[in-house]
Amino acid sequence: MALKLETINIPHLPASLPVHVALYRNVQNSAFLRQQLLAGNSEFEYALIDASMVLSRAHALAAVFRAVNDYMNNRLKSRNVHSEIVFSFNPTNNIAESFRKFGIADSTKDLLVVKVSVTPEITHDSVAAHLESSIEGTSVPFDDLTLSEISDITKIKKLYKLGALPSPAAKADPSQPNGTHTDDAQRQLELSMLGAIALRGS
Amino acid sequence: MAPEYKPPALPSPFTNTTPAPTLLAQGAEAHVYKTVSLDPSIPAALKIRPSKPYRHPILDRRLTRQRIIQEARCLVKLVREGVSVPAVLALDWEGQGGEESGWGGAWLLMEWIEGPLVRVVLEKWEAWMKKNAATLDPSQLQTEEDRVRSLMKRIGHTIGGLHKAGVVHGDLTTSNLMLRSPVQNATDSPTGISMDGDVVLIDFGLASQSAQDEDRAVDLYVLERAIGSTHPRSEPFFEEMLHGYRESYKGATATLKRLEDVRMRGRKRSMLG
Repeated sequence: MALKLETINIPHLPASLPVHVALYRNVQNSAFLRQQLLAGNSEFEYALIDASMVLSRAHALAAVFRAVNDYMNNRLKSRNVHSEIVFSFNPTNNIAESFRKFGIADSTKDLLVVKVSVTPEITHDSVAAHLESSIEGTSVPFDDLTLSEISDITKIKKLYKLGALPSPAAKADPSQPNGTHTDDAQRQLELSMLGAIALRGS
Repeated sequence: MAPEYKPPALPSPFTNTTPAPTLLAQGAEAHVYKTVSLDPSIPAALKIRPSKPYRHPILDRRLTRQRIIQEARCLVKLVREGVSVPAVLALDWEGQGGEESGWGGAWLLMEWIEGPLVRVVLEKWEAWMKKNAATLDPSQLQTEEDRVRSLMKRIGHTIGGLHKAGVVHGDLTTSNLMLRSPVQNATDSPTGISMDGDVVLIDFGLASQSAQDEDRAVDLYVLERAIGSTHPRSEPFFEEMLHGYRESYKGATATLKRLEDVRMRGRKRSMLG
């Protein structure tokens, strides 16, 4: 099965720092992957994010952007840019907590993998080759539709302390025939989360 | 001839941005650019507060940082409360380089609002009315005035929502109000000027979190004076804006009562400073 690894040049970031993103479902070796992170195995230096905590593409890219911008300005709060990406998802300043809540756990089934080309040796092909051989799961497209099937809105809202916001209803909710209300709720939630990511530490 | 104005160099990371952000407006405190968001197909507004070289660098950093964070906090809070303002997409208050030598500025990337300023809408409408009012029959005149009344009322609702959320704007003018263009933007009006669309508040550079009647009343007073001086033909309809405001939240009546006091003495409460 083909690996769907997307290489993104995020606007405003230098072309020399492309970001490689892959989304997996039904991952079988999360415990092993987590172990590699804990052991500090540099081969496995990725941002490994529990995809159920990711609302949308914009949500993920906001966290990546914040981390890479802080990396470029030498103000990382954590070990490297990849751990900083996981930390950037967190609306508060606790690094360990951010790993627990947004990072990979032994039981993680849906996984978002992010790698930044911090050295020229890291390319789409090198990342693709390594992921093919190390992640046991189904590669799916990194898009809003796929993420909407994965994300746990209740948990996300709780973590971002946005419980009071209207919930984007499930896709096939018959009480929302035209879907506009659902879209508005989703958008308000997403924009509130982007604000929380931007303001962390202020 | 004066040399052509060159805005200060963009801070990192926007030196990488292609195409380069385009300068839209410049004030004493900040420059506003149009650029793209983190999705290249979606536009965004970038507000840069450059460092001020005449201030002591440490003080300069502290002021710039405080102000941009205050602005962003207000915006994020309002988005959460469902008030229509541009959302915060990204923010950097740290500046670059060392404490004393580096760039002490800050930037704020915001959602792009597509649509006209209320100032421009009212200016166009007033210009059209000046030329054509004499030729309108009473019912057409009524229709046109009702459109402005409706706009004023919607503005009142939006400001009520702002105050209800515990934020005061600090600089309410028709230049800091926009109409978010509806997708379908044709208007039946003979003026050709649409007044449809959500009223959006912009420029929270002087905003603060406050629930005091005094601060809220000053917001209304400042807008009242601004409309009186820039849109004389629309001024008679300002009352409608206060009606919209009154309906929008529970504490509105107390604020409107306070507004009477503010009108008597002006914006400044004390004679000091």
